[in-house]
Amino acid sequence: MTIIEKPLPIPNALSQPYWDAAHQGRLVLQCCASCNTVRHYPRLLCTQCYSDQYTWQESLAKGKIHSWTVAHHAFHVAFKEDLPYTLVTVDLNEGVRAMGVWRSAQQPQIGMPVQGKFLLSEGRADLQFNALASS
Amino acid sequence: MYSLRDQACVTGVGETAYMRGSSKNAFELQLEASLKACSDAGLKPSEIDGVIPIGIVSGTAEDFIDNLGITDLRFSALIPHGGASPVMALQCAASAIATGVCKHILITFGRNVSAASNKAGARIHNMPQFHYVTEFEYPIGSIAPAQIYAPMATRHMELYGTTVAQFGAVAVACRTHALLNDNAVMKKPITLEDHFNSRMISDPFRLLDCSLESDGGAAIIVSAAPIAKDMKQPVVYISGVAEGHPDSPGSITQRPDMTSLGIAKASHRAFEMAGVKHADIDVVEIYDCFTYAVIRQIEDMGFCEKGEGGPFVENGRLHLDGDLPTNTHGGLLSQAHVWGLNHVVELTRQLRGQGGRAQVRDAKIGLVSGYGDLGDGAVAIMRKG
Repeated sequence: MTIIEKPLPIPNALSQPYWDAAHQGRLVLQCCASCNTVRHYPRLLCTQCYSDQYTWQESLAKGKIHSWTVAHHAFHVAFKEDLPYTLVTVDLNEGVRAMGVWRSAQQPQIGMPVQGKFLLSEGRADLQFNALASS
Repeated sequence: MYSLRDQACVTGVGETAYMRGSSKNAFELQLEASLKACSDAGLKPSEIDGVIPIGIVSGTAEDFIDNLGITDLRFSALIPHGGASPVMALQCAASAIATGVCKHILITFGRNVSAASNKAGARIHNMPQFHYVTEFEYPIGSIAPAQIYAPMATRHMELYGTTVAQFGAVAVACRTHALLNDNAVMKKPITLEDHFNSRMISDPFRLLDCSLESDGGAAIIVSAAPIAKDMKQPVVYISGVAEGHPDSPGSITQRPDMTSLGIAKASHRAFEMAGVKHADIDVVEIYDCFTYAVIRQIEDMGFCEKGEGGPFVENGRLHLDGDLPTNTHGGLLSQAHVWGLNHVVELTRQLRGQGGRAQVRDAKIGLVSGYGDLGDGAVAIMRKG
């Protein structure tokens, strides 16, 4: 029997540093070298000042839930055994949004504080989020 | 100021039978629909002098020249914005016609999605405009449009209290109208309860919140208004038309306001151009990839305030005898999914008085919307001549 694997991202020159960091368990975001605006997903130009110069800034991967969905149907066979699984969109403290797999048992709520982390396994780096006890 | 208002008319419409498992490929379906549209318009296919194939999926302008015997193609364009493309093509066609570039533009779309390699979950990741989704979201399981759009709907429900039954009201209205249409794929009535009980696909979307996967082709002809008056069919003008794009069109997740669509930017331009008010609209065909998308667009187009789209669609308002008859052909939810070109075909028929059993009485002014990819939008307001 053929085992169908989950799809892997295909990085390009622009996104390669993001994935290199992800595979070390670090979330990095593009930061404009000219005006310091953080952007995500990776883009060539800063839309605030149009500079093409940027650095990669490490994110603490903390933020708040923006929205979510619970998948009940596998549109790709490799996700069948994960069903049902929850995907969350998270407003990161740096001002950009990320999508990740929800790992907490509790039901997501808009505004719930969360902590992101990459799950590393055999060539994969999947961004995941857990509820963060609010201080 | 120069305006596209009433410069161009939809003079021909054509559709293949809609189904699953067609033996024809996308381009064959386009050709079949195109010949029907020419015949409906009373034009010889060779008289076409402009062509706008919809999407990046099938026949090119060259293919249409080769197969329709077009001897003097003066205009071609390719519009790659998914389900917003057909209505955007109306703007593109009206612009070319109003400036005298050409006289008769063929707009056509066809697709065969029954092949395993062409299922929704695989299809969109072959499209360049989805590259961010493919790289950052697909690998963690956000694969098909139902999953990509669902967080928008979740947020709308959480912020505005939109309910499952309100989604259901859209599904039921479309199905009710599909039952009046011999060329609708879905043939069985549904109730709000059937909608509620249909299986969950990607919460909050149930099966009956999702549009169909269909094989089929549709085509329309847009002609110069002075010529249209002497053609075969009753005249239907394109009175106002506009397109709009959301911020962050490459991925919904990156949008500052996830619940806002490109159509919000376009709608007032179309109304202004047409010189009509919302209360003047007799019938609407709204792009319904998901039930939620109809509610969202009704708000963005200003038929009600943001957040009030849920209550707006209740109590039969979208039905033939309601205040805003919507998707009189059954829509993508219950007629067929051909990227909404079927919506333009249907609005044209309604304004000609050829709506059959779903004819809205005395329909004079109508609106059709398009909604593509991850929020691109377009609106056209059309009127009976």
